[in-house]
Amino acid sequence: MAMMRAPVGPEDAGSPDAALAAALPAGGGRTRTAVLGRLVRAIRANRKATAGTIILVVFVLLAIFPWAIAGGNPNAEVYGRSLGPSTAHLFGTTAYGQDLFAQAVWGTRQVLIIAFGAGLASTALAVLIGVAAAYLGGLWDGALNLLTDLLLVIPLFPLLIVIAAYVHSSGTLVLIAVLTLTGWSYTARQLRSQALSLRHRDFLEAARVRGERSIYIIVVEIIPTMTSLIVASFLTNALYAVLFASSLQFIGLGDPNSTSWGTMLYWAQNNEALQTGQYLWAVVPGALIALLGAAFALLNYAFDEIGNPALRPMRRRRAVQRRRVRRG
Amino acid sequence: MRFALRRVGFFVLTLWAAVTLNFFLPRMMPGNPALAMMAKFHGRLSGQALKSLEVLFGVGTHQSLLSQYVHYLGQVATGNFGTSLFFYPQAVSQVVLGAIPWTLGLVGVTTILAFVLGTGLGIVTAWRRGSRLDGLLPPVFVITSAIPYFWVGMMFILIFGIRLKWLPYTFGYDPSATPGLNGPFIANVLEHAILPALALLITTIGTWILTMRNTMVSVLAEDYVRMARAKGLPGRRIMYDYAARNAILPNLTGFAMSLGFVVGGAILIEYVFDYPGVGYMLLQAVENEDYPLMQALFLLITVAVLVAILLSDIATALLDPRTRSAR
Repeated sequence: MAMMRAPVGPEDAGSPDAALAAALPAGGGRTRTAVLGRLVRAIRANRKATAGTIILVVFVLLAIFPWAIAGGNPNAEVYGRSLGPSTAHLFGTTAYGQDLFAQAVWGTRQVLIIAFGAGLASTALAVLIGVAAAYLGGLWDGALNLLTDLLLVIPLFPLLIVIAAYVHSSGTLVLIAVLTLTGWSYTARQLRSQALSLRHRDFLEAARVRGERSIYIIVVEIIPTMTSLIVASFLTNALYAVLFASSLQFIGLGDPNSTSWGTMLYWAQNNEALQTGQYLWAVVPGALIALLGAAFALLNYAFDEIGNPALRPMRRRRAVQRRRVRRG
Repeated sequence: MRFALRRVGFFVLTLWAAVTLNFFLPRMMPGNPALAMMAKFHGRLSGQALKSLEVLFGVGTHQSLLSQYVHYLGQVATGNFGTSLFFYPQAVSQVVLGAIPWTLGLVGVTTILAFVLGTGLGIVTAWRRGSRLDGLLPPVFVITSAIPYFWVGMMFILIFGIRLKWLPYTFGYDPSATPGLNGPFIANVLEHAILPALALLITTIGTWILTMRNTMVSVLAEDYVRMARAKGLPGRRIMYDYAARNAILPNLTGFAMSLGFVVGGAILIEYVFDYPGVGYMLLQAVENEDYPLMQALFLLITVAVLVAILLSDIATALLDPRTRSAR
């Protein structure tokens, strides 16, 4: 009976994983290296988090130093057309004579900029709106909440398509702006309810009695208590930014001259790469999007497990308990 | 009753917001993109068609924004979305009506299948926690949730359509077949639906599995499940009548919502497979700057979602009394 080993929540609060969630907001009292050490330990303790972190770090390195392994202009049409994979061209070339490997490597940059840009911006906007609504209450709450609900129910991808269709060939900044303005509502809703549950806690009453301004209370007192939810939301938003941006570029609504995985897919589709045997042209960029998306998804799932111990895989739990016994 | 009224009120408000968005978006863009489109089609359009386009996009009229807006609302309320430019001289409503059955058939059936299969798998994985199935499924579907689903479609085309030549992968039926309600044609349509349906199923089923599993894992830790166990009830009974029954509510409301997303939910799958549904039409409209068709399809997709949300809210209130009092 596997069930008898089923976890019971609260007793697990002292595990190293859960300590991450507790350590981050309370970081003020500890030194920064101690917090970083805890973070590293938490990531290493969770296999999904380890995998996600490694993939993400590799992509970040590629985005910063693409010339280190793929020199030259990735869009230059200087090679033979539609070559198969070889040592000179690891993934072969496009129908225009561009090196696919170079395009794949250099394409990392734009995708990551969009992922982090739109992910951070929409999460920040959501924090601002969600927490402000909860804290200010009354008319503000009503108005902001209505706005959130409205945006929440309008189907996002069709809306993105319509906006991008009017804009015509959206570049990086436009994509980030559009994804940010349309993508904050779900996070805002979550943060609002979390902030609502805090509203009458003693430490906030104390701050109010001290005569702190609202903005101080929101930024210094409320937001740090929600760090783990904010990080999880950022990961989700970044994942969606990658998927949505690539999808828009794939259907030709991005800037067709930019170097990115979505644009590669657009040109592959336009040249019927699948039908003409140039498989790698379509396979490589899609696989890279999936890999980057998987990194965000894995980190997010790991975060979920950290926040909700009941979801953790069984084997991991026993290891954690053993370690705790050893330490105790 | 008050609850239902509030939900209906919200429904109307959102609908108005979507229509207003449709009105302002083209007017807000630098150099009103509709202007270029109109210039392109100027010689080809009849006076009547031109007039309805002017109302829809505010080109060539010298009315104030407010009176344009009132005009616009009137025209949309009467279902007049003008003439499609790409499928000229068909009316937009005609094009839209022709696309709806294809999407409902393909995406509707797939959504139901994904929900039933996914929920079932979720129940089993949660019940057999720690088993090999439970170790495998969640991580696999965490990763599949990150794969762009149109790319999965492309890979299916590559493997099953182009390499193995098992199944057709373009359009809803063979161009040589004559549409009609007869056996061979229906078989032809079904054959064309298999690949897009499979691609859609693979990419959507994970959410159902994970939500069901995670809710059920929490429910399994509840006291009443332990109580049922202590009473010595058979495992199957606990699994279905105690745990799954109480854990299924989030999945059910999610299902009601996803029915709303059927209409606009598989845009890129339809695009990749050239499947003549709503999403394919939307992208055709975008590609050919057929803004009247695009506006109408966006509104249709939004309305479908809004109706589904309204119905699922009311259904949740009926099924779970706690949600009623909470508001």
